[in-house]
Amino acid sequence: MPSYTLTVNGKQQTVDVAADTPLLWVLRDNLGLTGTKYGCGIAQCGACTVHLGGVATRSCMTPISAVGGKPVTTIEGLSSSGSHPVRRAWIAEDVPQCGYCQPGQVMAAAALLARTPRPTDAQIDAAMTNICRCGTYQRIRAAIHRAGQGGAR
Amino acid sequence: MTPRAQISRREFLQNASVAGAGLVIGFHLPPGWRNAVASPASRAAPAASLNAWLRIGTDESVLVLVDRSEMGQGVATSLPMLLAEELEADWSKIRIEFAPADKAYINPLFGMQGTGGSTSVRAAWMPLRQAGAAAREMLITAAAQTWNVPPSECRAERGVVIHGPSNRRLTFGQLAERAAALPVPQDVPLKDPKGWKIIGTRVRRLDTAPKVDGTAQFGMDVKVPGMLVAVIARSPVFGGKVVRFDATQAKAVPGVRAVVQVSAGIAVVADGYWPAKQGRDALNVTWEEGPTAAVSSATISQLFARRGEEAGAVARHDGDPDAGMSGAASTLGATYELPFLAHATMEPMNCTAHVRADSVDIWVPTQFQTGAQQMGAGIGGVPSERVQVHTTYLGGGFGRRFELDFIQEALEVSKAVSAPVKVIWSREDDTQHAQYRPASYHRLRAGLGPAGQPVAWTHRIVAPSIMARVFPDTVKDGLDGEAVEGGVAMPYDVPNVHVDYQLTDTGIPVGFWRSVNNSFNAFVVESFIDELSHAAKKDPYQYRRDLLAKAPRHLAALNLAASRAGWGTPLPAGRARGIAVYKSFESFVAQVAEVSVARDGTARVHRVVCAVDCGPVVNPGIVEAQMQSGIVYGLTAALWGEITIDRGRVRQSNFHDYRMLRMSEMPVIEVHIVPSTDAQGGVGEPGTPPIAPAVCNALFALTGKRIRTLPIGKIA
Repeated sequence: MPSYTLTVNGKQQTVDVAADTPLLWVLRDNLGLTGTKYGCGIAQCGACTVHLGGVATRSCMTPISAVGGKPVTTIEGLSSSGSHPVRRAWIAEDVPQCGYCQPGQVMAAAALLARTPRPTDAQIDAAMTNICRCGTYQRIRAAIHRAGQGGAR
Repeated sequence: MTPRAQISRREFLQNASVAGAGLVIGFHLPPGWRNAVASPASRAAPAASLNAWLRIGTDESVLVLVDRSEMGQGVATSLPMLLAEELEADWSKIRIEFAPADKAYINPLFGMQGTGGSTSVRAAWMPLRQAGAAAREMLITAAAQTWNVPPSECRAERGVVIHGPSNRRLTFGQLAERAAALPVPQDVPLKDPKGWKIIGTRVRRLDTAPKVDGTAQFGMDVKVPGMLVAVIARSPVFGGKVVRFDATQAKAVPGVRAVVQVSAGIAVVADGYWPAKQGRDALNVTWEEGPTAAVSSATISQLFARRGEEAGAVARHDGDPDAGMSGAASTLGATYELPFLAHATMEPMNCTAHVRADSVDIWVPTQFQTGAQQMGAGIGGVPSERVQVHTTYLGGGFGRRFELDFIQEALEVSKAVSAPVKVIWSREDDTQHAQYRPASYHRLRAGLGPAGQPVAWTHRIVAPSIMARVFPDTVKDGLDGEAVEGGVAMPYDVPNVHVDYQLTDTGIPVGFWRSVNNSFNAFVVESFIDELSHAAKKDPYQYRRDLLAKAPRHLAALNLAASRAGWGTPLPAGRARGIAVYKSFESFVAQVAEVSVARDGTARVHRVVCAVDCGPVVNPGIVEAQMQSGIVYGLTAALWGEITIDRGRVRQSNFHDYRMLRMSEMPVIEVHIVPSTDAQGGVGEPGTPPIAPAVCNALFALTGKRIRTLPIGKIA
């Protein structure tokens, strides 16, 4: 099997997997980073969202062979101290229910806020296409607004 | 304490064992047992158990064993709140673990250890508060003995026992070991609700931090040494059997370790999910499809319509419906049809099992620990005490995780390959091999009096029975009492009522889906009463009000939702409101939906005002979240939800053709709680039933088109 070297959360890692293996399963099964979730495998739900070169990316449809040298950031690498404003906002708004989709939601929101620090509702609608089966959307929206205001709300 | 809890605790005490510096009253589990969600603090410090649910550590941690499955509904917060209130614990010191499978944790409303039916808080309301109160008294007694003072001079407050006269203090952590050795007091009076500091407040959830940093362990995330991953090829047709299979190409996939046949089909066992799935895709299996291959959605609809012509098992009969109907000023009839629905939990089904010669471990996101344990004992060939069930977080449950199919699979594969195995279902597997919300067909007829009031009401429910599959003994003379719930409990004051049931199996497996049979009966009853109001030329809200004089909790919820929604006030052009009220799981929920229809015919829900009376509230933030969640769940189904059958197969496979509501389609939801000291109800499910009729009633008000078949789809 071919060998791939990738940078995950700032650390270089080498894995031997089939070229078509999705980044999701490399993260989960080879690197033990289980915070990134499997939900659909067809880039519909966004539970597998990571940052690839800073861009929110659905890792379930990203073959390892396409990652190249772009740095990968997972939920585990979003911030080491748990102090990321998106996380603080999620806690303040009591967002998660079952929680399974939330790492993907947090990664999508973090990417949105990095680009658009104070998003409008329309911008949130456009960027936040991840599925939450518990229906936490209203609190996600509130948490993004809160994080966008530096958590000052 | 209830008798059952006394027995349980005595059994626990008999199994007490001393470990390390502190006293640990164990759960007759091997040393070293730990659950996935234990906080590091709770592992580090010696701890003393004061009852089945509580361990207090020398580090002041207060560990609550949560004996219901946390699937988003908030039990890992609401149950500790009950115990902490009476314990007088410092809330910041509360930690949680999920309880093992054990008699002590049987759900008193089920007689089994399981989570469902929106029962968790109702079932724990007395036992957990009583457990907290008894533990508090034990801590006070331990302190009083230490100081050699009367216990009556001592009180507990925020994790400390204080001797009033001398102001001496000892912490719970300092007292726990001594307290745990004391006899458990009986009948300790509970606090006056006026003194509650935790119950009734918007305490933040205890499980949020691990759920936003990726450390919360779901079943999918379980990893044990030597574990393999299996993906299973199941019959494409329900009930089909393997005739033969060729695993040559599957075994050629690098990473595939074994291919074994199990009850469900052919399992490909590999080092990880991807090789297992690639191996499964490379399998060549010949199936005997069986009789269900002749079943399609169209044949099911025809069967339903035919059965709808025949009288069913009588579920309710008041007065003389025939006479009422023939004497009515006018009559109105309608038929309704609803589809099968899949649960679509965000976390697809999975289970990790390790079957050894003398013991079994199961790591699983399950709603049914007793069932898992019995399944482990049966397949492992060991006594159930040798089966440990490690409940993880559940990435959604909605009733799907009350099933044991995925647990059986993991046990069988582990046994076959003599290794720990995690069975993972793909999203396609999850969509196509489930137990679905029953499809159903309904014939209704009403007679209206001269003023338009209903004088007779008949409702025939044609549907497959969940109970006939799961608990067949409960179905008597063709009547599944659960299948008619909400039809029988139709709350409107009508003198002549007849409800009957045609149990109609279709070959498609049916199961518990959030709010279960209420999900269809609510739609039918609340749509038809709306039809009657329009036939009577009355306002739908006023019409309901006039018929709910004997149903005060329905009425209070209805009034609150209507007033907060501004019922009757003008709306922008192109918008309309609809209303519905429904009782399920002992809670009363009314909703007003505000809708429009886009130019392409798509229904759009802008705002939902929800009023709920669930009796005494433990955590209003969780009640609000559960109403939002139930509404989104029911709205998603109403707008698009439909599992259709083609030659015994499910047509839909993934989120591209089994559509979910997303952020951009989310209505603004306002939740209002009816202040209530009435009997307590659940909150996990009751938000779901009223939304489909509220939305369809609004669409009728807007367009004049009555929707009697779900999903709504496009409005012509």
